[in-house]
Amino acid sequence: MATAPTEIKVTPEIAAEHGLTAEEYARVKQILGREPNITELGIFSVMWSEHCSYKSSKVHLKRLPTRGKLVVQGPGENAGVVDIGDGLVAAFKIESHNHPSYVEPFQGATTGVGGILRDIFTMGARPAAVLDSLRFGPIVAGNGVSEEEASKNRRILDGVIRGIANYGNCFGVPTVGGEVGFEPCYSQNPLVNALALGIAKKEDLFFAKARGTGNPVIYVGAKTGRDGIHGASLLASAEFTEESKQKRPNVQVGDPFMEKLLLEACLEAMQTGAVVAIQDMGAAGLTCSTTEMASRGGTGIEIDLARVPQRESGMTPYEIMLSESQERMLLVAEDGREREVLDVFKKWGLDAVVVGEVTDGGLLRVRDRTKLAAEIPAHPLAEEGPVYRRPIAQPTLRKETSADWFQFSIEGTNLTDNFARLLASPAIASKRWITEQYDTSVRTNTLAGPGASDAAVIRIKDPETGVVKRALALATDGNGRWCQLNPRVGAMHAVAEAARNVAASGARPMAATNCLNFGSPEKPEVMWQFSEAIDGLTVACNELGTPITGGNVSFYNETLGKSIYPTPVIGVLGILEDASRVLKIGFREEGDVIVLLDGTISAKGAQHAAPLPGTEREFSSSEYSKTTAGIVAGEPPAIDLAAEKRLQECLVSLAASSAVRSAHDVSDGGIAVTLAESCFAAPVGAQHVAPQLSAKVKIEATSSAEYALFGESGARAVVSVAPTSLAAVLETARQYGVTAHQIGQVIRDDAFRIEYKGSAVIDTSVAKLHDTWAHSLERILKAS
Amino acid sequence: MKFGVVVFPGSNCDHDASYAISHILKKPVEFIWHQSQDLANCDAIILPGGFAHGDYLRTGAIARFSPVMKSVEKFAKSGGMVLGICNGFQILLEAGLLPGAMMRNSGLRYICRHVFIRVEQTDTPFTSGASPSQVLKVPIAHNDGNYNADEGTLADLEKNRQILFRYTTPDGANDAAGNPNGSLHNIAGICNRERNVAGLMPHPERAVESALDSADGLVIFRSMVEALVGAAKATA
Repeated sequence: MATAPTEIKVTPEIAAEHGLTAEEYARVKQILGREPNITELGIFSVMWSEHCSYKSSKVHLKRLPTRGKLVVQGPGENAGVVDIGDGLVAAFKIESHNHPSYVEPFQGATTGVGGILRDIFTMGARPAAVLDSLRFGPIVAGNGVSEEEASKNRRILDGVIRGIANYGNCFGVPTVGGEVGFEPCYSQNPLVNALALGIAKKEDLFFAKARGTGNPVIYVGAKTGRDGIHGASLLASAEFTEESKQKRPNVQVGDPFMEKLLLEACLEAMQTGAVVAIQDMGAAGLTCSTTEMASRGGTGIEIDLARVPQRESGMTPYEIMLSESQERMLLVAEDGREREVLDVFKKWGLDAVVVGEVTDGGLLRVRDRTKLAAEIPAHPLAEEGPVYRRPIAQPTLRKETSADWFQFSIEGTNLTDNFARLLASPAIASKRWITEQYDTSVRTNTLAGPGASDAAVIRIKDPETGVVKRALALATDGNGRWCQLNPRVGAMHAVAEAARNVAASGARPMAATNCLNFGSPEKPEVMWQFSEAIDGLTVACNELGTPITGGNVSFYNETLGKSIYPTPVIGVLGILEDASRVLKIGFREEGDVIVLLDGTISAKGAQHAAPLPGTEREFSSSEYSKTTAGIVAGEPPAIDLAAEKRLQECLVSLAASSAVRSAHDVSDGGIAVTLAESCFAAPVGAQHVAPQLSAKVKIEATSSAEYALFGESGARAVVSVAPTSLAAVLETARQYGVTAHQIGQVIRDDAFRIEYKGSAVIDTSVAKLHDTWAHSLERILKAS
Repeated sequence: MKFGVVVFPGSNCDHDASYAISHILKKPVEFIWHQSQDLANCDAIILPGGFAHGDYLRTGAIARFSPVMKSVEKFAKSGGMVLGICNGFQILLEAGLLPGAMMRNSGLRYICRHVFIRVEQTDTPFTSGASPSQVLKVPIAHNDGNYNADEGTLADLEKNRQILFRYTTPDGANDAAGNPNGSLHNIAGICNRERNVAGLMPHPERAVESALDSADGLVIFRSMVEALVGAAKATA
């Protein structure tokens, strides 16, 4: 095809600037049978970017288990879909928006939420909940972190939180959970992983397969501008360097009000029966949506860019095709019925224009009025991009010695001060300062919001009758520090922890979504971490029965050569058969028995084990070790998936029989934190009965008091039980092969007391601890 | 009797209000599109929470010009029962159906949590079912809930007993600690002189079931139902 005189002529140098290697460029020419023009080059460069093509991860992702009895749609569509009974399905997925959130925290985070919401409602499911898994650099100076760095991290955190709130609150979906982690490696590479859940009738599900030659292709939503061009290919597919500030124009700008209108209009249009297929315009905008819809449908698409609503003048075909302006969708309607669809969007005040049609022949044809701006076979563009088997090399690290590890203190040392420090640390402290900026109760389905239960719990209203029967539970987890120390085991823990959190709310884990955040795939050590993590996820998802239904890979999370901890974040979805049986973490009644459930099989149970060799090594990976001694070393706790599964099934059963009054798993900070949090969450009556509920507990001897109180080995949960239900709980635990240790009592007293080997290692005022924990984050963030 | 819930572009608590009325109170309810001038013979109108018109310009500033508001104004002036919740309250303020204005929360942040409000007047169709000084636990979820009015207006509101709800501590005491957003006189909700139009920032429709942590909001809806029953009897 002739190149217009004013158009840039493509050269190998220009191809390289677009991120295409010489081999990739050769492949482009092979597919086209000629040189590409600049618009076509732009299209290939975004479609074959790491973010859009998964070229470095595909060969590994293949290993993940993606099938299951209840999986309706696995990876490959806009979101994963599972059957939740009564003719209903749940669509859910997690996605990253990391790089834009470093460059422009507010807009980066806000458009991250907007993007994942669109992925849900493009399937025909109304979004019901959002969760956010976030990682930032340290927000308190000290331990090698300068005030300047801490201050910058606080600003990024603030922007991200406001961005998330801005979108979810205005759009009208509750933000009900997630987590916030802090590690030095995230200082210049924050992670913003947004998960959305939607519910639909199975018969109302929509897919993105363009079908029916001659069917009109309709563009709906916001006008196209120059924002976000190369957001996917440049921002998300490369690491940060000194010039990162110049990447600000590549950050997309979000409008949640526009998206709310788009949601209502799309769901209404889908009800007309005139919509054949629909896809949102996310990364790589028009390019990706047209290409993928045509490729999935085995058809072609022809569009005329002159018809695309534009909010800036003089946009070139290149710019229009690559724009990542938000809040836009592409639909295919039944030929002759486009008016019905257009009328719905008109009612909602949105642009809706027929911009082209479905063709046969499998070509993506882009016109600019009469001129042909690009012509590319859709399927090869979408599916025959580069696939790399990148070199893998396990890093050779210096062998650690006991000098590197945490040293347990002498017996009898009072640990109260260190415990208070742990509770005040941003990783452990209450996140309420953050979560109260989110609307957590809009749509009146939130049975458990942030901090109430180990998982977020959203009830399901029958679409016709409004009657509530079941509920869905969601939790996200992913300990990057553990994955750095052992990627395979760390990844297994991520699945186990998310599933355990779901089970602790009473719900049965059923499926998972993953967001894999890693450094540069061009580094063999990073690829080794990635491959190991995939292996860990595969084993864990198989054993725990949570197939991966979709997700996202984010590579290149590194700056100036320094990469983040490998951070696979897993979101597990579970189902609670009886919504009235949801379990929360707070103690409820004075006199209740506190029981530690442990799925690990040993002669006396993990807590009773004789002092084990190697516990310093394991303990060096804990939150306590990092916070009180500044030591991050050793290995994550060994993982026992069979034990995890036993505990999960036991918890689900206990919830179903209403046998326990509360349940809270043991994780970051160990059992001491679990107990304290259960005291802090105890419901306070309107009359504010004082003093509040507290706990008096005896922990059995093990290698040391610190290990007993703050060790983070898995497959454990603390439940509180009415004395009259104790026998039933012990029997249920026995049936599931779970050890049940009665460790103490819920009391109404200001004293919080943990005894170890006969002496009180923690003995303090629960009100003081609560104050420390509750206000720490606010004090830190308000100070800046 | 029939309730009408107005839907503006950007309203997002319309379904919640409708659910509370149809499924908890089991009364008929209909959605009224903002372009419509027909209130479909509804006996009580609810302006729900959300971000009508994206809160462009000011919260509620554009919604007040919607075609439906002409009918709502006429309905209100002829004594019809109108309740504005959160964004709905803001719209009533912009439309002049209630006095005063809403400003940014004093903490300059969006807040979503449970608060406690005390019922100050029980002689309105919105509060007749409450006991005097009853404390209700209801959630707020707003960025701009800081009620403001000039000295003269505030004095009138107090004098004419138009303040329906005040933020308090959990045991019902007047204390700045109970006020989440800086509203003057701890005002959470007010009514007009004629006592047929009311607005409040908290969301009673989110507090109608114990599964949602509080059913205290029911008292407001039940009062409205009682009032409509009474009115129907009076005209029978």
